[in-house]
Amino acid sequence: MGWNKKVLRVDLTAGTCTSEPLNMEWANDYLGSRGLATKYLVEETDPTVDPLSPGNKMIMSTGPLTGTMASTGGRYTVVTKGPLTGAIACSNSGGFFGAEMKFAGWDMIIFEGRSPKPVYLFVENDKAELRDASQLWGKTCWETEEAIKRDHHDPQIRVSSIGRAGENQVLFACVVNDLHRAAGRSGVGAVMGSKNLKAVALRGTKGVSGIRDFGEFLKVTTEKKKVLADNAVTGQGLPTYGTQVLMNVINEMGALPTRNHKDVAFEDASKISAEAMHEKRETDGKAQLVTNAACFGCTIACGRISAIDKTHFTVVNNPKYWGASGGLEYEAAWALGAANGVGDIEALQYANLLCNEDGMDPISFGATVGAVMELYEMGVLTKEQIGIDAPFGSAEALARFTEMTARGEGFGKEIGLGSKRLCEKYGHPELSMSVKGQEFPAYDARGIQGMGLTYATSNRGACHLRSYTVASEVLGIPVKTDPLVTEGKPELVKAFQDATAVFDAAGICVFTSFAWTLADVQPQIAAACEGDWSMDKLNDVGERIWTMERQYNLAAGFTRKDDDLPARLKTEAAKTGPAKGLVSGIDRMIPEYYQVRGWTPEGVPTRETLERLGL
Amino acid sequence: MWKSLHIDPAKCTGCLQCEMACSYEHTGVINPAKSRIKIFDFEHEGRKVPYTCTQCTEAWCLNACPVDAIRVDLSTGAKVVDEDICVGCKVCTIACPFGTINYNQDTGKVQKCDLCGDNPACATACPTGAITYVNADWTGLDRMRQWAARANTAVAVE
Repeated sequence: MGWNKKVLRVDLTAGTCTSEPLNMEWANDYLGSRGLATKYLVEETDPTVDPLSPGNKMIMSTGPLTGTMASTGGRYTVVTKGPLTGAIACSNSGGFFGAEMKFAGWDMIIFEGRSPKPVYLFVENDKAELRDASQLWGKTCWETEEAIKRDHHDPQIRVSSIGRAGENQVLFACVVNDLHRAAGRSGVGAVMGSKNLKAVALRGTKGVSGIRDFGEFLKVTTEKKKVLADNAVTGQGLPTYGTQVLMNVINEMGALPTRNHKDVAFEDASKISAEAMHEKRETDGKAQLVTNAACFGCTIACGRISAIDKTHFTVVNNPKYWGASGGLEYEAAWALGAANGVGDIEALQYANLLCNEDGMDPISFGATVGAVMELYEMGVLTKEQIGIDAPFGSAEALARFTEMTARGEGFGKEIGLGSKRLCEKYGHPELSMSVKGQEFPAYDARGIQGMGLTYATSNRGACHLRSYTVASEVLGIPVKTDPLVTEGKPELVKAFQDATAVFDAAGICVFTSFAWTLADVQPQIAAACEGDWSMDKLNDVGERIWTMERQYNLAAGFTRKDDDLPARLKTEAAKTGPAKGLVSGIDRMIPEYYQVRGWTPEGVPTRETLERLGL
Repeated sequence: MWKSLHIDPAKCTGCLQCEMACSYEHTGVINPAKSRIKIFDFEHEGRKVPYTCTQCTEAWCLNACPVDAIRVDLSTGAKVVDEDICVGCKVCTIACPFGTINYNQDTGKVQKCDLCGDNPACATACPTGAITYVNADWTGLDRMRQWAARANTAVAVE
């Protein structure tokens, strides 16, 4: 078990909600969440479909460990074809929404078609209905969540919604749940907006009863929680400093992409770091960080809850932002900060709040602003065109761009296209720091070579969470590898990619992998789920999920040339730090990676590979 | 010696492991909706607060019950609902000043914390020590110690 074995299918065109049994044959091959939802998408849609057309589907899916006491067992995934990339999109989120879906009795919700008018889905256990959302359209994620709870007189409802960015089909719009957790990347929020679906509101009081062996499950999940507690990263570093623990570390190793990847270190990194969030401000004597917070079931609690400086120019006249709220996490602090050369941590928190409030991916947004600032400094974009002076380092420009993009105003509409389309439009495609149209996260591919291969081969476009080799190359988990060399990285990346796919499919957080290997996850899955869940099988499941995603992308029109990095990372050497003089060795790694994967030199899985994986 | 649940909200991260453990202990299902301990998230203040029955000595619920369905477990001091006797009238839910006894639609009875027969599942499950099970006479001991540490006692050095 582990699954509820029930799928809710919502036909937005017809306005109907129907229940159907979960395909257990597929569950056995793809486990859940990322894997299982992708299998449904692959089987039910044409990979060449326009992502923002009614023919695309959007699936919200849990895993068998979602809604259980397995640590971090609260995650859900949004799977669809991504409008930013045109590739498979698969964005996962914590918070409490995923567990509530399980408690209401469902594993997965499939949205298809397009509603003729704005609606939201309301689910209360077995009851599911589409409701009019015309009053909610135009509202932020925060306002939407509050209004739904108020209208239903139930503060315990969990809500996932899009803000104005998703409505306006900003191509990096995300789906926000529980105020500040997000299925963040690849523009899944724009797909939701294209379907006129404003929100999904859940209330589940049935709970999770289908655990194969409850006694064994409690025993093994308790043991594995202890492994997390005893680990320096998951037991101390992340609870105390959050993911921001990395800012100074990555900067010092010369791998903090700065000013649209022109530099690999940021002179103001310490001002936007975890340590800075703990320091008392001169203005009010308070630290930005208020407390840490956990998602459902998480015994790590890396989340940051912060309060912005009320006297900062961004909010001094806007009390609605004065309360405690989510942020800053490392990726957002980097993308809004170092990527633009902005060292004003309060401005970063303001931009971060707006990203949460209106549902935008701060990584792609921040990185796109970085490209805009470079184009501005080159004279390609002018103040007249973009509405403000925007040199690197301008906190004012960052704040203004965030407001404009969230609200779909002026030049914000062009930022909302993402860096690839924007840079192409202004004649400089080489300035988009992206793969498959999706912007890089916070690790420079010159200073951490494995991450270059991770980005180039990620099935959802540039992403750190598909194979976080930083764990090995920087932190020595599970073994230390040299970040400056390419040797051995193809094997390392494949191993991380396949294992991560299983973590995602199970419904747990990839951050557990600082302390857990797949061998720690396996007994938890085996205790929860009926059937064979041996290590051998899970290794196959991970590789099968990865290869299925690859097949989808190939069918969508991607080729070998899309597994590449921008020229800047291959020709402009790192100027400072341990990686000084280095460029990315991506061209050496790709052929070897294909070989390791059992793919042809063109990056196509061979017949033998497909047969071995049952694809 | 009786023990009490001791709650330190400053340590709570809001993970809901306690709600899962409580509901599983009492119903065999992981179901925070049926938990007898609840975590309240005052999100705009960044505060999360676990809350449950404190086992009053003169328990309003016990005194209000018209059918004597609530009794004292003498081994723990817990006020325990006997589901065989409870008629689901909910008078106790009105009487309790703290709201910690509630009606359960699935059973037609009321439910409240019973200290799990002296081994509270919530305290065992809490990963941060926000919920502990301590000597009922000394729930304030940690806080006293914290304040004691701040007492300005001059120590002769020479």
